[in-house]
Amino acid sequence: MCVSETSLRLESFEQLALPHFEGLYNFACWLTQDRQEAEDLAQETYAKALKGFSSFRQGTNFRAWIYKILRNTFLTSRTRLKASATMPIDVEGEEEVLPTTEETPESILLQRSDWQRVQQAMEHLPVAYREVLLLCEVEEMSYQEISATLGIPIGTVMSRLSRARKMLRAELRPGP
Amino acid sequence: MGCDSWKAELDTYLDGELPEEEMRVFDAHVRGCPSCSADALTRVQVKRAIRVAGKRFTPTADLRKRIQKSIAAPPQRSFGLRWTLAAATAVALVVGWLAASYLVSRSGRDQTYSEIADLHVATMASSSPVDVVSTDRHTVKPWFQGKIPFAFNLPELQNTEFSLLGGRMAYLDQTPGAHLIYDIRKHHISVLVFQERSMKLSASWGENVLSPKNSPFNMETWSQGGLRYFVIGDANATDIDNLAKLFKAAS
Repeated sequence: MCVSETSLRLESFEQLALPHFEGLYNFACWLTQDRQEAEDLAQETYAKALKGFSSFRQGTNFRAWIYKILRNTFLTSRTRLKASATMPIDVEGEEEVLPTTEETPESILLQRSDWQRVQQAMEHLPVAYREVLLLCEVEEMSYQEISATLGIPIGTVMSRLSRARKMLRAELRPGP
Repeated sequence: MGCDSWKAELDTYLDGELPEEEMRVFDAHVRGCPSCSADALTRVQVKRAIRVAGKRFTPTADLRKRIQKSIAAPPQRSFGLRWTLAAATAVALVVGWLAASYLVSRSGRDQTYSEIADLHVATMASSSPVDVVSTDRHTVKPWFQGKIPFAFNLPELQNTEFSLLGGRMAYLDQTPGAHLIYDIRKHHISVLVFQERSMKLSASWGENVLSPKNSPFNMETWSQGGLRYFVIGDANATDIDNLAKLFKAAS
């Protein structure tokens, strides 16, 4: 590969990859719950993505592709092993303890000061729920995109979202 | 239909992920149902809260720089700049050398041209332009023998417009050579022949057709068999060229 061809590919990668930097870092922080780990994860993600860029099919969803790399890197990292010790990542087949009655709609009224509460509630979610919620609400990915990023069927995306939201709502409801 | 089934789809509706037809139906219901309406409002507020709370972590400028550096295109620019500077220097040197040698050869050529032109003019102006008067090449050629350290051939002119008037000795850079005078339609042409190796800067001449500005003469020069030929006169370039061709063919 001649030099000019190589630099053209690298320029394309930079143009595609750099705009996702903030989102990827933020996502990494939510996954790792640790700033330093998140930085390492972000760097490793970019390195892997650059290395594997030749396998990326131009014109397809780059965002889903690079987020997938980040998530997979996280899953295989020691951070994951650390996290899984304290909190399970996979939630399939788990028994969920949820209120059987639907909450009354007007009971959740969030003020600006409640952002911290929301953040804490999100931290308390299992990683599998947290990540679908983040990709949907923060990254505004479609179900299809989330499915591609996480490598799970759309039906699973929907059920996890549903559970994540229920859990969150339950935690945010002003309890007795 | 109870609201429970609607509420099960509420999140999907709010995510904008319902198929278009279902979306329309759902929308109509929500707007008309206070319970679902209120629920939808709450869920939208939670969505918004998650979005805001979710954008919690911002990277340091340092990390950004590090990552940007790691994925930037190869430092071709700095390499390219160094190469460009080196190449530019080399090119400048070469151009300088070429210019110098060109100027030297040009001035040398100019000088030789002037001298050749002078020889031609002096001969034309002289009361005795030729030392050997003969239209016969078989007379002129042997006349030069012993006077010049080389031999050369004169062309046959029988079927041409040219006629030989005669010849004389010529000196260029203190080098002896032959000077022949031809006539074509009342125009005089000098043919000067010198040994190549005894001439200064002869290598820079190559094969040349010179018609310098402000010069009344046309000139052609070439090298053949170790001899440097000059054909100069106030005849037109075609005539000069034709005579040159005759000499080339004769040698």
